Amino acid sequence: MKPLQFSAPTSLDEALSLLSGAGDGAGVLSGGTDLIIQYREGHRALGQMVDIKKIPELNVLEFDPASGLRLGAAVSCAVLGEFAPARRHFPGLVESAELIGSTQIQSRATVGGNLCNGSPAADSVCSLMVLNAVCIVAGSGGKREIPAVEFMTGPGRTALQAGELLLEIRVPPPPPNSSDAYLRFIPRNEMDIAVAGAAVALTLEDDKRTVKTASTAICAVAPTPLMVPEAGAALTGAQMDDAALDAAARASEAAANPISDMRGTVEFRIHLAGVLTRRAAVIAKNRAAAN
Amino acid sequence: MAAFTHPNHGKYKVIGTRPIRHDGEDKVTGRARYGADVHQPGMLHGAVLRSPHAHGRILSVDTSRAEALPGVRAVATAKDLPELPDKVMASGEGIENQRYMSTRILAGEKVLFKGHPIATVAADDPWIAQDAAALIEVKYEVLEPVLDVLKAMEDGAPRLHDKITATLMGKKEQVDSNVCLHTRFQAGDPEAGFAEADLVIEREFRTKTVHQGYIEPHHATALALSDGQITIWTSTQGAFAVREQVATVLKKELSKIKVIPMEIGGGFGGKIPVYLEPLAVLLSEKSGKPVKMTMSRADIFQATGPASASASRVKFGFKKDGTIIAATFWAAYEAGAYPNIYGMMGAMCVLAPYKIPNGQVDVYDVMTNTPKVAAYRAPSSPQALFGVESVMDEASKALGIDPIELRLMNAAEEGEQRIDGLKWPRIGMIETLEAARDSAHYKSPAPSGPNQARGLAIGFWVNAGMQSSATVGINMDGTANVVTGSVDIGGSRASMAIMAAETLGLKAEEVRPSVGDTDSIGHTDITAGSRTTYATGHAVYLASLDAIEQMKPRVAKLWDCDPAEVVFEEGAFRSTKNGQEPMTVRQLGPKLPATGGPVQGQGSLMATAQGSGFGLHIADVEVDPDTGKTTILRYTAVQDVGTAIHPAYVEGQIIGGATQGIGWALNEEYVHGDKGELLNTGFLDYRMPTTLDVPVIETILVEVPNPGHPYGVRGVGETPIVPPLGTMGNAIAGAIGVRIRELPLSPPRVQAAIAAKENAAGKTEAARETTAKPVPAQS
Ligand SMILES: Cc1cc2nc3c(=O)[nH]c(=O)nc-3n(C[C@H](O)[C@H](O)[C@H](O)COP(=O)(O)OP(=O)(O)OC[C@H]3O[C@@H](n4cnc5c(N)ncnc54)[C@H](O)[C@@H]3O)c2cc1C
Repeated sequence: MKPLQFSAPTSLDEALSLLSGAGDGAGVLSGGTDLIIQYREGHRALGQMVDIKKIPELNVLEFDPASGLRLGAAVSCAVLGEFAPARRHFPGLVESAELIGSTQIQSRATVGGNLCNGSPAADSVCSLMVLNAVCIVAGSGGKREIPAVEFMTGPGRTALQAGELLLEIRVPPPPPNSSDAYLRFIPRNEMDIAVAGAAVALTLEDDKRTVKTASTAICAVAPTPLMVPEAGAALTGAQMDDAALDAAARASEAAANPISDMRGTVEFRIHLAGVLTRRAAVIAKNRAAAN
Repeated sequence: MAAFTHPNHGKYKVIGTRPIRHDGEDKVTGRARYGADVHQPGMLHGAVLRSPHAHGRILSVDTSRAEALPGVRAVATAKDLPELPDKVMASGEGIENQRYMSTRILAGEKVLFKGHPIATVAADDPWIAQDAAALIEVKYEVLEPVLDVLKAMEDGAPRLHDKITATLMGKKEQVDSNVCLHTRFQAGDPEAGFAEADLVIEREFRTKTVHQGYIEPHHATALALSDGQITIWTSTQGAFAVREQVATVLKKELSKIKVIPMEIGGGFGGKIPVYLEPLAVLLSEKSGKPVKMTMSRADIFQATGPASASASRVKFGFKKDGTIIAATFWAAYEAGAYPNIYGMMGAMCVLAPYKIPNGQVDVYDVMTNTPKVAAYRAPSSPQALFGVESVMDEASKALGIDPIELRLMNAAEEGEQRIDGLKWPRIGMIETLEAARDSAHYKSPAPSGPNQARGLAIGFWVNAGMQSSATVGINMDGTANVVTGSVDIGGSRASMAIMAAETLGLKAEEVRPSVGDTDSIGHTDITAGSRTTYATGHAVYLASLDAIEQMKPRVAKLWDCDPAEVVFEEGAFRSTKNGQEPMTVRQLGPKLPATGGPVQGQGSLMATAQGSGFGLHIADVEVDPDTGKTTILRYTAVQDVGTAIHPAYVEGQIIGGATQGIGWALNEEYVHGDKGELLNTGFLDYRMPTTLDVPVIETILVEVPNPGHPYGVRGVGETPIVPPLGTMGNAIAGAIGVRIRELPLSPPRVQAAIAAKENAAGKTEAARETTAKPVPAQS
């Protein structure tokens, strides 16, 4: 095992200059709950680790009714969970962050790390996608925006270029009568990775019954988390009757393109994608109606 | 009927109380020293090169590049181990052929499982050692592995060993086979019995390989001096067993080796065989430095003893009234890569709980390309009784007899003969069943919502006796120090202190219990087989009595009377002639120097009167029909514990055992790739239950004292892992309306069974409608 150079820069410029040109050998360390394990188990060879938790810009956590949520890439899931405006406006996003690992893991793990790690089973990513979140990234060439739906490009792959850093995630403010939900299936009740997951965000008409708009996404059933526009369309205009829920479930089943591995078979995962979409839709709708 | 009461109920002063364990603060504050906490000046770190193949012939091993790496101090391979005879040694609950033990520790000609050690390296730090191990070049002829027990029994199956000495129905034979042991027990005439039966149920069952899953990894540190003196620090279930195994593999005299047992973070049977200890000694001999070795979790899963996978066929015949008239059991148990005897233990247990007039048991121990199976809490009884208890559940439904009543009608009891020949001494099967029947849980209505049900099953374990030693030193203030050779895994220090205190008329807190190393106490067998409180407790009792006998003449001296006039009763020395105030050990302590000097009692025995343990577990469950996931709503464990010396630790054993059994039933399993490699080598995908997966487990302690122990102690720790397999199987069968006879009852398997049932009924669509969660009313 080679010696590792560790640094914890306190400014963004310093971090970017450490990363520029370092290539794959430099690992960005946020909570480290993926990175350290990958390094220790020999899945990632690193010469350098750059801890980003001391950079002020990456610790922003704000909510503004006009511009929405700003979630710094280094904010832990536990801190997000204690942020009342996030709980109120994006309960699905918060619940997905609070499913990650366990209490101990959540006090280190970040939503930013969950996204950048690129796992098809990452719990918080579906929630970011259905909420139309936008990722702000910076590199030596300056800042750019990547929509959350385009962030993951394959298992373990993201749209980040070499030397780029995720700064923060922005979630637009929710329209009135809106809410979201995320559900995953694991064989146990914690410390597990999703066999399948589904997120639903929706807005109700003023009658608080009819779905005005809905978007759904599923994870752990394809190389990346997937938006399922057909499922959102099936819910739109409906009142969460069985026919609409069945149609949404079928749409998710049809979109799912899983593999069989020791966590679940193709059939089981496809089946779960439907079950979870259906259940998450009901929860999101009840939350929106109660808003 | 009134609940059974312990005959000494109310007579004990210390036994049955719940003092804080003597080693408690050390453990909860993290001060207790485990294997990983050992540091020695100048210590080197070891690493092991392990086989990447599940089966292969080693063509060559070249260590030269590893030896040349700066920082490397020693490299060892099988060539460094002495030649050993083809001779069996007893090792704890199992047995091991010396020659196989040597090749298990470092592979010679063949590798027999993925993770099989081939070479070992000591270096200045663990990273250099790992890098060096990776530089060792091994050439293999890769062979086809066999992992499934039934496939391994087939004629054309790959053979692990060319010729083995197998024991087939009592006869030793040289055979070319993967079957190393065939155990048969018979009683009466099963064929005639089945012919007389009104109901015959015959079913097949499968269970997967599971691991003990102790939290603390294996560790060993060794220092071998040039004069031949060896010290080993390790986390083990038996310091003496480590000493014996290391002495055997390395051909040493026992007196040359000192084993210091560190605190142990769980073993459950898996920390009886040695893995790292001989390697650390070899490397220390070569380098002249202390060497520390540690396993990763992946090493543990793929290269230390798991518990057997099994395939079994259970056939029971009943009379209309519920009487069992005949029963047969056929099973194949995974032995792992070397000859083994755990299947035989399943054969001993499988029919033991019931009176079986006509029966036959045939069990095969079958070698496979997996690590050698080790003991796991009531080894092999869970797999056997999973099938039996599923059949009993089906029978209770078919006969319309309450499941506890059916078991009571057929329950084993004192004086009856077991199918393996043993005659039952006093046992508490009936009292356990009655306590379960009368429990608040069983009397409460069974859950009746959709996909809910109650299930129950019994469990049994023979329990072990074996050798133990203890000393009891009386301090000069009359308090006492107890030393035993039994490693404390489940609170045994507290139990030893309680039994010494009860015997000596002291308080538990006035006794200081400790675990000795192999130099400080007489031979003591492993902490296993539920034997420690029973057998080592008996040694402590004998040592306490010995101390009392030695103190009587001192009291006589003080009282100026004949020692025969001094008796020890109700916690104090008393005179048979009146006129003397009773004198306690506390009062006598300060007078010991003036009456003849120190008193140290000693006790050792080969204990053979262990009492067997029976338990019954009840579970209420709900299954999510869409995901196949089971939630346990309520769980109660009832067990005959003999005498609960420290009830809290008895309850702890029962809760721990039940939790492991629940994990085995619901999610735990080894998953192998097609080349025989283990895929789930960590706790993420080897799913043991977390705290959120098990409810509060209620315990009911039934105390039917063991007449073979001065305080009535029976083994407690192993029985509770047995019932959960059948209990969960029976509860889930009730909840979903289909019976699954293959473990684990994991969500995909349960969901598939539900889907298959619905498809067969041709009503998938309708069922989907009714099982979907109702949409809450619109506001
Ligand atoms: C016991 C355990 C349980 C777990 N359970 C779950 C679970 O239930 N669900 C789940 O989804 N995950 C789970 N995980 C995985 C992990 O905790 C999550 O993915 C977590 O969100 C990662 O966040 P982190 O801050 O720790 O990431 P890190 O490990 O710090 O980083 C992850 C990856 O992203 C890169 N990275 C991090 N931040 C940035 C950035 N700002 N810019 C560019 N690259 C960056 C890192 O270089 C690395 O490649 C579990 C992990 C453990 C150890």
